[in-house]
Amino acid sequence: MSPTFSADRFSAIFRKSESSRARLEPRWRGESKPKDPYPTTDSSAHRGKGLCGLKACSTLAWFTILLALAGCRQDMHDQPRFKPLAESDFYSDLRSARPPVEGTVARGQLREDSYLYTGKMGNNPGDYMPFPVTTEVLARGQQRYDIYCAPCHSRVGDGNGVIPSRGFPRKPPSYHIERLRKAPLGYFFDVITNGFGSMPDYSSQIEPRDRWAIVAYVRALQLSQDATAADVPAGQKVPSEPPRFEELGSGATLPVVENKPAHEEPK
Amino acid sequence: MQIFHRSTNTLSRATIYGAIFVVAALFWAAAAIQRSPYVTYAGVRRPQPVPFSHQHHVAGLGIDCRYCHTSVETSSFAGIPPTKTCMNCHAQIWTNAALLEPVRESYKSGKSLVWTRVNDLPDFAYFDHSIHINKGVGCNTCHGPVDRMPLMYNQASLQMEWCLECHRAPEKHLRPRDQVFNMRYEEPSSSKPVEVDGKEYTDQLSLGTDLVKKYKLRTVTDITSCSTCHR
Repeated sequence: MSPTFSADRFSAIFRKSESSRARLEPRWRGESKPKDPYPTTDSSAHRGKGLCGLKACSTLAWFTILLALAGCRQDMHDQPRFKPLAESDFYSDLRSARPPVEGTVARGQLREDSYLYTGKMGNNPGDYMPFPVTTEVLARGQQRYDIYCAPCHSRVGDGNGVIPSRGFPRKPPSYHIERLRKAPLGYFFDVITNGFGSMPDYSSQIEPRDRWAIVAYVRALQLSQDATAADVPAGQKVPSEPPRFEELGSGATLPVVENKPAHEEPK
Repeated sequence: MQIFHRSTNTLSRATIYGAIFVVAALFWAAAAIQRSPYVTYAGVRRPQPVPFSHQHHVAGLGIDCRYCHTSVETSSFAGIPPTKTCMNCHAQIWTNAALLEPVRESYKSGKSLVWTRVNDLPDFAYFDHSIHINKGVGCNTCHGPVDRMPLMYNQASLQMEWCLECHRAPEKHLRPRDQVFNMRYEEPSSSKPVEVDGKEYTDQLSLGTDLVKKYKLRTVTDITSCSTCHR
């Protein structure tokens, strides 16, 4: 037998809500209460408990909408604090990052070792490294050189970097000229720190220790470009050709590794 | 008395059955919108005061990421270069270009260029660039092919599920430290093996597993803990 929605069954549902609504009506007071079809121990707890009571339904709907709308608020995403370099309308220069008060010495920035920070002894550039040069220092110097110096000075230091080739009025000089081969180490440090001619200073981009590492690497470059076959230790091979790049002019790519047998999957 | 026609039975049953799909579709739509660029801005080019092209400067000229983003290895913040960094080169080159007028104006007046932040994490997420760089996460692992972006956009959704994808299995993404800034780095394959400490790797999983040990990554339990990112 298929269930049909008869008028009887509907009236039962109506009644249920009618009776619950009716209980709110004051006119029943004092009169004989209609028989509660769903007796409970506490009649007040039963109030509006109908599964689809209009009030409960609308409360639930509002709650859902509020909950959904709450998800649209971005208070937690955008908290009232500044991320680094964020804009601030409080200061006239619109910067949230404030410069330290003049004369401030931050921790670790006392700069007691003046040679380490100036490369000068008195007024003249010194010709020694403030710390011993190890393989790590040279490797670090090479890395930093390739990042900050190579764009203009080229990776071998001949001044044929890619940036000047795009229209600099003057190319940077090669490190391998007489004047620079004889220049003391402190001179290079001073040029990186304060700039020279049309070269800007790199004091904000390169830390002092890294500047010295670059200086050591520049000296290594000078030695390498001025070397003869007799300088090569016995048993070591010198590559006779410059490395090839997959895409010319792109220093972002690594050179193609030659003489490497293609790896074969074990069968 | 029969109020409704008999066909209402079928209709009502179909409606109840169909409601499951309607509700499911609503959930699916909500999830799809939440992950879409409409919310995440992934792939959306933002307007900038100067249409700076990473493609030109990185792929075209071969400038390293760190030339401008100097603090990325040591600080939580990669660093947006000051106008002076632009002028290192543009005091000499393209000195009359109209596009660069805001840069010259900023350099003369000392007022900052106001760039639009592209990769913006929600403020309740703690993030530190330096730890990721030093554990062998490549720039383009998160930022996408920046060397092919004429205008900057964020590649990733920057949503939590995206962060966790890597934090749950870091070995799938790590590369040797000296390759972190190489925008054309390719995962090891049998035709292009990657060499670390004299050992050749031909697949990412074995390389990644060894790098996890070599770089002393915290355990997955540690780096997926709530307080790692929500401090």
